[in-house]
Amino acid sequence: MRRKALTTATAGLTLAMALAACAGTPTQTPGQGQSAPASSGASGAAEVADAAVGKIYNPSDKKGGTLKMANTADWDSLDPGNTYYGYALNFARLYGRSLLMFKSAPGPDGNTLVPDLAESLGKSSDDAKTWTYKLRSGIKFEDGTPVTSKDVAYAVARQFDKEVHPNGPSYLNALLDWPKGYKGAYKSKDADISSAVETPDDSTIVFHLKEPFGLFDYIVQMPMTMPVPKDKDTGTKYQEHIISTGPYKFEKNEIGKGFTMVRNENWDPATDPNRPALPDRIEVQTGVNADDLDNRLISGDVQIAVDGLGIGNAALPKVLPDPALKARTDNPVQQRTWYTSIIPDVPPLDNVECRRAIAFAADRSSLFRAYGGETGGITASAMIPPSLAGHKEIDLYKSPDDKGDVEKAKAALAKCGQPNGFETNISYRTERTKEKAAAESLQQSLARVGIKLTLKPYPQDDYFALYAGKPSYVKENKIGLAINGWGSDYPDTYGFMQAIMDSRDIREAGNYNLSVKFPEIDKIIDQIKAEPDAAKRAELWSQIDHMVIDQAVVMPSVYGKALYMRGKGLTNVFISDSQQMYDYVGLGVQQ
Amino acid sequence: MTAFLDVKDLRIHFPTDDGLVRSVDGLTFALERGKTLGIVGESGSGKSVTSLGILGLHKGGKAKLSGEIWLDGEELVGASADHVRGLRGKKMAMIFQDPLSAMHPYYTVGDQIVEAYRIHNDVSKKVARKHAIDMLGRVGIPTPDSRVDDYPHQFSGGMRQRAMIAMALSCDPELLIADEPTTALDVTVQAQILDLMRDLQREFNSALIIITHDLGVVAELSDDILVMYGGKCVEYGSAETVFYHPEHPYTWGLLGSMPRLDRERTERLMPIKGSPPSLINVPPGCAFHPRCPHAARTEGRSQTEVPELLKSGPGHLVRCHMAPEERKQLWESEIKPMLETT
Amino acid sequence: MVTYIIRRVIGALAMLLIVSIVTFGIFFLVPRLAGATPEAFAARYVGRGASMDTIKLVAERLGFYDPVIVQYGRFLKGIVLGTEYNTGAGVEHCPAPCFGYSFINQQPVWPSLMDRSRVTLSLGIGAAVLWLLGGVATGVLSALRRGSFFDRAAMGIALAGVSLPIFFTGMISLSVFSYGLGWTAPGGAWVDVTIDPLQWAYNLLLPWITLALLFAATYARLTRAGMLETMGEDYIRTARAKGLLERRVVVKHGLRAALTPIVTVFGLDFGLLLGGAVLTETTFSLNGLGKFSVDAIKNNDLPAVMGVTLLAALFVVVANLVVDLLYAVVDPRVRLS
Repeated sequence: MRRKALTTATAGLTLAMALAACAGTPTQTPGQGQSAPASSGASGAAEVADAAVGKIYNPSDKKGGTLKMANTADWDSLDPGNTYYGYALNFARLYGRSLLMFKSAPGPDGNTLVPDLAESLGKSSDDAKTWTYKLRSGIKFEDGTPVTSKDVAYAVARQFDKEVHPNGPSYLNALLDWPKGYKGAYKSKDADISSAVETPDDSTIVFHLKEPFGLFDYIVQMPMTMPVPKDKDTGTKYQEHIISTGPYKFEKNEIGKGFTMVRNENWDPATDPNRPALPDRIEVQTGVNADDLDNRLISGDVQIAVDGLGIGNAALPKVLPDPALKARTDNPVQQRTWYTSIIPDVPPLDNVECRRAIAFAADRSSLFRAYGGETGGITASAMIPPSLAGHKEIDLYKSPDDKGDVEKAKAALAKCGQPNGFETNISYRTERTKEKAAAESLQQSLARVGIKLTLKPYPQDDYFALYAGKPSYVKENKIGLAINGWGSDYPDTYGFMQAIMDSRDIREAGNYNLSVKFPEIDKIIDQIKAEPDAAKRAELWSQIDHMVIDQAVVMPSVYGKALYMRGKGLTNVFISDSQQMYDYVGLGVQQ
Repeated sequence: MTAFLDVKDLRIHFPTDDGLVRSVDGLTFALERGKTLGIVGESGSGKSVTSLGILGLHKGGKAKLSGEIWLDGEELVGASADHVRGLRGKKMAMIFQDPLSAMHPYYTVGDQIVEAYRIHNDVSKKVARKHAIDMLGRVGIPTPDSRVDDYPHQFSGGMRQRAMIAMALSCDPELLIADEPTTALDVTVQAQILDLMRDLQREFNSALIIITHDLGVVAELSDDILVMYGGKCVEYGSAETVFYHPEHPYTWGLLGSMPRLDRERTERLMPIKGSPPSLINVPPGCAFHPRCPHAARTEGRSQTEVPELLKSGPGHLVRCHMAPEERKQLWESEIKPMLETT
Repeated sequence: MVTYIIRRVIGALAMLLIVSIVTFGIFFLVPRLAGATPEAFAARYVGRGASMDTIKLVAERLGFYDPVIVQYGRFLKGIVLGTEYNTGAGVEHCPAPCFGYSFINQQPVWPSLMDRSRVTLSLGIGAAVLWLLGGVATGVLSALRRGSFFDRAAMGIALAGVSLPIFFTGMISLSVFSYGLGWTAPGGAWVDVTIDPLQWAYNLLLPWITLALLFAATYARLTRAGMLETMGEDYIRTARAKGLLERRVVVKHGLRAALTPIVTVFGLDFGLLLGGAVLTETTFSLNGLGKFSVDAIKNNDLPAVMGVTLLAALFVVVANLVVDLLYAVVDPRVRLS
């Protein structure tokens, strides 16, 4: 089952803006980007499974060739101010340069922020409310016009208009100190926005925040800060004619079908230490049948499945047993946890013992298989996935062979006053076979202690908007359990946890946090925002993790893994921790 | 020296899952140019199968043919399918009953005549069309140059039959077979068509076979009449003989069931009791005996012994166990008066 | 005849209006009745994690706060008169027939539909030629050699052809012929016929065959039955009695008549081709109307759904009309009575 290609966004911007006292100490140490691969001219490296996980497969700096990509769906938008899909952010770096970017490097190294348009990482004021970036000199748009800080400021101001650009993240709208009643660059044409963004000269841009925010560098690496020339901005139509600042520009762009990109002659490698820009040409086809795409990857007709969703179910039985094909796969663990929300709003789950009974009775080995076994993930006991700070295994519900502990579950049920079990419903997304399998697994294992589950499938597009994410619906329809999953938006524990742990964010509908409603946790989150020490923050996150597991409002099943396939004839292939898929900036084509 | 058309011991059998269907079983007759033979019988008696057999339309099918068909000195049973096809339409042609279904509904009358003409005559479409108009005029269709572009369903029944005749005559056939040419038509039109056929036959001097279940039709046209029953000839003779001195009880039955213009409507017809025999399990003995009111007179022979077709008078052949004198007497004393009075 | 056509055209327009009302109702009214708020609607067209403010702005922009009848009126007005579209940076005029702009990628729907139609028509026409020729030829031979090995084999394959789904035959043939043997083009290959006709045909060969196989089976059976019937007709005997060559009897007299019901079915099938095209285009990653409609429905892209539904309905209605007129051409009895 292919997932809809959204990166999971941290929803609660009202809170994101705060992250108060982090005072300019990002969790990762900035490192100067130097992603050019070491060796050159390698001709056909040996195919080994996971060869692009944590290292570079077939390193090369040979330029030339055509890189062929295909997408099962279509971009939310190619407009850098209107895009939020994970792969779109990865891909946008080929045609646009934001102030900062994630280093194009394998593994954890790729998790490093490096300056792109800017000369260095942001310089913050002491209170972390003012962030200043100096632009490199000599950067031009594809038409030869020099890029100035005003183009960045305009890009930020235009994306403010969410009526025109509803897809992009709204971090900057929420964080910056915009003038009252400001409606964005289109509707408030002549408004003075210096309270939010200032451009004292053509190479300097200053952001003024409403409140301190220590992780601001993580925000400006997103495509919203890619410069847009004001006189070329056509609003919703800008996606059709994007003015490139990156190494590639659009040659032909047919929205809904695909596009081709060629070298941007006005991109000067001397100004850009981050992008090897190996292929001469990039062809992207959109709307390709997922099964067909997998076949084409296997045959070599397509080299990269751009959506970063991994191999589909139909191709798995063909790929996994075939050593030659398996050798072309990469199977990294992602910053993503598949779990079940246990919802205390639905009696008798308002009683913690009844919730624990579920956590005890669940057969986690069966859940592991439901989520695809070895290639699908690794068994999870905590919410925070392994590559994020604060990850600790929490063994509160350990059982022999992970098959569940029927005795302890029965004891919990007795304490809850439901010694014979109870009945409730479990929701999942109809289209997702793995979630269906997980729900069925729980149905079987919980039946062992008398807890009867009724399966409630809902369409995935409306799962959160109308069903599981809508508290009134959940209560009315007695949805005690909801299959859920979450991935990080940017590689930081805050980016992963806040949206699914903070109860103050719970709205009328459209929630991803279905069951965590503890004022104590909200308080700790505030504490984390005020905590300058990364290690202490990690410790506090672990505490929250432990609490929600102990209270059994969530029950993690697996940390998700993706199974990617390297197309034929690629060089310089690697998965970076920031993108959690192949890094598109680094890719080259075998000559 | 054989006749223009000489059919000898013709047998046409169809093997089916249920058994062998003996549609035509030993038929012999002859016909000269300018003469007309009427073949009379109920449906299923084998008369249509005979005509299709002469035309060679059973070739390539499941039918098993034996015997001889001599047409103008050529034997057709043993001839190749393609050779017979070349004769069809040109040397021998056929007029079918129910021209509405016998003419293709999707082509104009003119097209269908043109097609028939051009198979055997290497002429341009234009010439053929002229010929078609000419033929339509000759069979009495008014304003043929406009009707030529009409479709069969735009013609009245009689007109359609005229068109059918025009099509059959388009290549001056020497043998013309008309299968129930007037059955689908009302009585006044019947007469017109029969007149037309007689006139045309004289004009073309062709040999004509008229196949019908209606003795009245053949009475008007035929020189000779062949009465068929169960795939066999049961009586053969000149029209006068068969009409005025018929000797086979089946012929009597046919005469009795014949509607006549000179009879009044209230008068009762005398249909033959029972139904025609199955051609798979032909009754033993005389095929007609289960329906024959006089079977008792043969002292059981009719049930066991197949009667021979024997000469009863000059040019008169009858297939019956009763002695000729007995038949003649029966006719004169019982049957004829009854037919005349009822 | 003219009044007949006018009457039919008016009927067709009424039919399209009804289809548009029903489609609009299904996608706009029913969710409302089921309790979806304008914001719930709009939430599908914003990025994940969008604030309520963003959602409200989008709901406003897309007109979800208006009563459904007003929204429908606006939709109709756009088709008849065209409409204005605000790109943010300026106002664009969308000339009639304007089916609006995609909620998902902001592209005007009508030009997309026209563009996609080229693919679907290419697919449909090519496949139709194949299935007609293949199906009819097979049917005729089967009928003439009724009960033979050929007949049995052909009818067996025909049965399989009808039963096997396109995504199965399509994927199998792709992986065998395109990716395995490399004889045919891979999925997604498309060149417009005006650019390179040979490449166009080469690219579409496999989709054509796959789609044609599905229909050819039906046509083979239909033709066989029709031929068996007409070859027993009196006029066939007449044709033979004229001394016509058997081949000519079969083709000119037998097949001609047997084709009439096939023309009818063909017209309807061609009108409904979109149904077959959905699967074929999805399987072969062809960007035609079928795939367009699947994507539109999957993404809740309402203007696109409306557009493609109406176009499909138009297709069917026109095909029906053409069939009726064609019927008169094929069968003179219909024409003149």
